[in-house]
Amino acid sequence: MIFEIGIYHYTILSAFLFFTGVFGIFLNRTNLIIILMSLELILLSVSINFISFSVFLGDITGQIFSLFILTVAAGEAAIGLAILVVYFRNSGNINVNEINKMRG
Amino acid sequence: MFVSILFFIFSFLILASALLVITSKNPVNSVIFLIFSFFNAAGIFLIAGAEFLALIMLIVYVGAVAVLFLFVVMMLDLNFEELNKKTNFVKTGIITAGILIAEMIVLFVYYPEEQSFIINKNNELNSLTNTEIIGSKIYTEHFYHFQIAGLILLVAMIGAIVLTLRHRDNVRRQDISSQVSRDQEKNVELKDITFEESE
Repeated sequence: MIFEIGIYHYTILSAFLFFTGVFGIFLNRTNLIIILMSLELILLSVSINFISFSVFLGDITGQIFSLFILTVAAGEAAIGLAILVVYFRNSGNINVNEINKMRG
Repeated sequence: MFVSILFFIFSFLILASALLVITSKNPVNSVIFLIFSFFNAAGIFLIAGAEFLALIMLIVYVGAVAVLFLFVVMMLDLNFEELNKKTNFVKTGIITAGILIAEMIVLFVYYPEEQSFIINKNNELNSLTNTEIIGSKIYTEHFYHFQIAGLILLVAMIGAIVLTLRHRDNVRRQDISSQVSRDQEKNVELKDITFEESE
């Protein structure tokens, strides 16, 4: 029965959200902010996976690790946006294709 | 039945708003759809039975991360026409996502019939609430992970401040010690005005 929500539904939802995030990284090569948002979507899909397996296996550790993923996502967003602001202040654009100043 | 329909509505809205996040022209619209996606993910978590994570999700993502994104989008003063020039990486993205989807299809086709993982249905999860279980585990078994998470947040905070702090020279700042140590002899000057010059 398709209307009984099982582990499959959560896993498929998480997988499609992950694909959307990965595709978003490649689609928006000129806008660094949307790449950071795609990373947030990927971390959200991993969180959904952890929580669904935690609920269906009856083990709370998955939810605790989802809490840690939340922590790391918040820190990553803060550092990434700080680097973005500093880069925009120095160069005037955030085009990913032009970020090659470190190339020798 | 009702919960199942809610699950399908929430998951459809998550996927649709995620697609709109990565395809919309204006970054402000992307942030709004990201917030909407997180709201629906909180609904999914509530359906799964993780109430604490659902509400923490709302507080952290919608209250902190999405607002941070909005502030940065507004602060950067971007040229949207220049940003919307599409690049030739769409094909690469489709190929990469297609490989991942093919891997997932292979995994679902060759999934074993019997459940090979052990389901640990102890009654610990049934007697306490979700928040009580997380609190009892996170301060005992996962105590060092919890400390490391706090350290990560501290490093992220210090790093963000250090990266974005700058001292501009033409800005007059407060200098507390020199302001407090002003006295009358240095700063007030009495002058004699002579009236003969004006006549």
